[in-house]
Amino acid sequence: MNRYPLWKYIVIAVALSTGALFALPNLFPEVPAVQVSSAKVKVDTALLGTVEETLKAANIPFRGAALDATGIKVRFADPDTQIRAKDALAAKLGDNYIVALNLLSASPQWLSAIGAMPMYLGLDLRGGVHFLLQVDMKAALDKAADRYSTDLRSLMRGEKVQYAGIAREGANVVLRFRDEAERTKARLAIEKNYPDLLLREAEASGGDLRLIAGLKPEAQKRIQDGAVAQNIQILRNRVNELGVAEPIIQQQGAERVVVQLPGVQDTARAKDILGRTASLEIRMVNDEPGVLEAAVAGSVPLGSDLFTERGGAPLVVRRQVVLTGDRINDAQPGFDSRSNEPAVHVNLDGTGARIFKEVTRENVGKRMAIVLVEKGKAEVITAPVIREEIGGGRVQISGRMTTREANDVALLMRAGALAAPMEIVEERTVGPSLGAENIDKGFKSVLYGFVVLSAFMCVYYLLMGLISTIALSVNLLLLVAILSMLQATLTLPGIAAIALTLGMAIDANVLINERIREELRWGATPHAALQAGYERAWGTIFDSNVTTLIAGIALFLFGSGPVRGFAVVHCIGILTSMFSAVFVSRGIVALVYGGRKKLDRISIGQVWKPQAPPPAAPTKA
Amino acid sequence: MEFFRITRDIPFMRHALAFNVISLVTFLLAVVFLATKGLNLGVDFRGGTVIEVNYGHAVDFTRMRAALDKLELGEYSAQAFGRSDTALIRMPLAEGLSSAALSEKVMGALKADDPTATQQRVEFVGPQVGKELYENGALALLLVSLGIVGYLALRFEWRFAVAAIVANLHDIVIILGFFALFQWEFSLPVLAAILAVLGYSVNESVVIADRIRENFRKMRRATVTHVIDNAITSTLSRTIITHGSTLMMVMSIYFFGGETLHYFALALAIGICFGIYSSALVMATLVMWLGVSREDLVKPEKKGGAAGDKILP
Repeated sequence: MNRYPLWKYIVIAVALSTGALFALPNLFPEVPAVQVSSAKVKVDTALLGTVEETLKAANIPFRGAALDATGIKVRFADPDTQIRAKDALAAKLGDNYIVALNLLSASPQWLSAIGAMPMYLGLDLRGGVHFLLQVDMKAALDKAADRYSTDLRSLMRGEKVQYAGIAREGANVVLRFRDEAERTKARLAIEKNYPDLLLREAEASGGDLRLIAGLKPEAQKRIQDGAVAQNIQILRNRVNELGVAEPIIQQQGAERVVVQLPGVQDTARAKDILGRTASLEIRMVNDEPGVLEAAVAGSVPLGSDLFTERGGAPLVVRRQVVLTGDRINDAQPGFDSRSNEPAVHVNLDGTGARIFKEVTRENVGKRMAIVLVEKGKAEVITAPVIREEIGGGRVQISGRMTTREANDVALLMRAGALAAPMEIVEERTVGPSLGAENIDKGFKSVLYGFVVLSAFMCVYYLLMGLISTIALSVNLLLLVAILSMLQATLTLPGIAAIALTLGMAIDANVLINERIREELRWGATPHAALQAGYERAWGTIFDSNVTTLIAGIALFLFGSGPVRGFAVVHCIGILTSMFSAVFVSRGIVALVYGGRKKLDRISIGQVWKPQAPPPAAPTKA
Repeated sequence: MEFFRITRDIPFMRHALAFNVISLVTFLLAVVFLATKGLNLGVDFRGGTVIEVNYGHAVDFTRMRAALDKLELGEYSAQAFGRSDTALIRMPLAEGLSSAALSEKVMGALKADDPTATQQRVEFVGPQVGKELYENGALALLLVSLGIVGYLALRFEWRFAVAAIVANLHDIVIILGFFALFQWEFSLPVLAAILAVLGYSVNESVVIADRIRENFRKMRRATVTHVIDNAITSTLSRTIITHGSTLMMVMSIYFFGGETLHYFALALAIGICFGIYSSALVMATLVMWLGVSREDLVKPEKKGGAAGDKILP
């Protein structure tokens, strides 16, 4: 009676040992660390060597440096050394690398090797900034329409269509014609070349024939998706500058972007950098003989600047700006149609195209520099030679570029401005000291609640209460282990959910214990009472947990931020509590009582029996 | 130790009408408070900015307000938050002023006035996001209610499902009534607490419903009233011990969890207390009024395995 098959013990043992293993990293404290990563350059063992040498040269003691998928991580004994090391490394490595402060778990290497990591703390526990940014989709579509009006103008010229005017009105491009034949000609040309446009004919009051070109819905969606993707890319570039160890930048819904910067303290700077508009300038290269040598030697000619090209070569650039970035509608990587070399296709707006045509006509054979000015610092993205006069606003930059370089250049040219403006619609900033305080408070509320609850259970149900307490501890262990495994974000409401889940989980054990007492009260033998108690209680436990789970899942689906953290813990807690309260506690009971053939009493506290009917059972508890 | 020594079934159902009147009155009161005072919606739902500022010493509110008044922010409130050295500034949404600029401006002014001022937390929620959070909350409430009704109707019978959800929504309205009456701040964590209470109280109704079904099977000759009385009485000790245990945890959150979880714990505590009452007395009486009978519950069991007789894992 009340024996438990071996396989069930094996299941319990496996669950417990796995749980213990994955919960283990949470016991180790966090140590200050510096993380070196790069978005531009590959981080490899050579860099690891440089990092170690730099620290040794600067006489900064460190506790081991390691290279992993996210970059190089160096641990230090205290925050002061950490900050000194960060400064030393940032000075040595320069702009191509991101040197960030971070906290890393002090858990041994073999634990991280099997993927056991401490729970992932949310911003309210570790401090940091959370922004929700909304992309202005109307602006993105307007910009696209701008681009199309340039394209259509050059198409009309190319096809020799007589038109009276082309203008953008809202998100549409309106073409005006004098006669029907030209309009039909234009219509056919546009339909052939721009399948994304939806054309509609209309007559204006002035007698003009109009052709209204609007984007098809699927093209609109593609542009909007592209705008969000591009903005995310730009945000990523900017965040890299901030030196944040584990930034999260991701799309939320159709037109929002979430930016989470754990550990960032200077929120003013974060907002500044995220909201900054970098500017792109096209300027002429000063390639008079001798100028470059003189400039490198220290005497930059008047009206010129000395810049470094990407790749490191110096370049003297005239101060006069030919064109600014807002004249650039788009820049895309692609291939030269003749030579098939990687190239960047740049699309200028109407005014830009006109200026560009003049400048290129006058400067054939000379070089022009495309300069990205960000944070008051200028960088020459590329400096191509002008081969011929370029009209129509469609520019191609090619020659000696790899596909990756073409991608980078296109990205940087687009980075001059966001694809569409963004606005902060939600901000949550938590200071690091408040985060630490929240962890402490959360921990205390779980601890004290647990202690009082365990004490009560042990006093009220004696041995059965102790078993329930053990089951509850198993529940806590598994909950922490699963949270660590999933790397689900733990927030302060999440910790509250741990406490609450424990309080609710005890329900299952109370239900079982009360059932057993009741069976004993009506005269069942101890073995039969245990059996019946667990069996009868199971259906109830199952039903009541399912309803709680329904609430948890709804919270997860509709909640955001801290509430979602609550829901995750709540749902997982319900599942682990079903396992531990029924499966594990039954296993312990079987271990304690199952072996005894003749069982006189169960240590479950006093079972009070009414004096009146029903008849008293022979067993006494 | 045994707290509950009950010799015979307590005739709860004899007083069913009285319980229902009490419930109805509390419910109506809650509705009245909600209608007249309304919920004090926090920044999560209403939109606006909240800044928590910590000083190296007890907050001097007159000085702080003087510094803030100079900025001409319009309407704002500054109160102590949890401790004497911490203040919470609440500002409604301002036209034309972005949150980014607002919190910088406020902190700049406070730091200029008193260098020990440090920003602990900033929360800004735009009007659109606030509205969405509110709508999502309502949607979640609806979904939970429907999910629970559906599950209970499937597992038991429609009368139990209806009775349980009425009983539990009555709890929710009462919690909201408390929040309206005392003008406690209604924030996202409070909403989470309320939904958790909904799931949790149904738990209680399930336990009693389970027992009623079992009794219909065992107590062949008993009347419906007797069956229900016995079900409530025999689960009474479990009910009180379980809820007591959960309440211990909730109190632990209330006392140690800090200011952020204060109203969260409070909502849970009220919900748990009313949950006991409503599942035992409101749900059971409703089931009785709805006319539950032995045939409704015992019949399906002949066809297949009964819910109560599930085999253990």
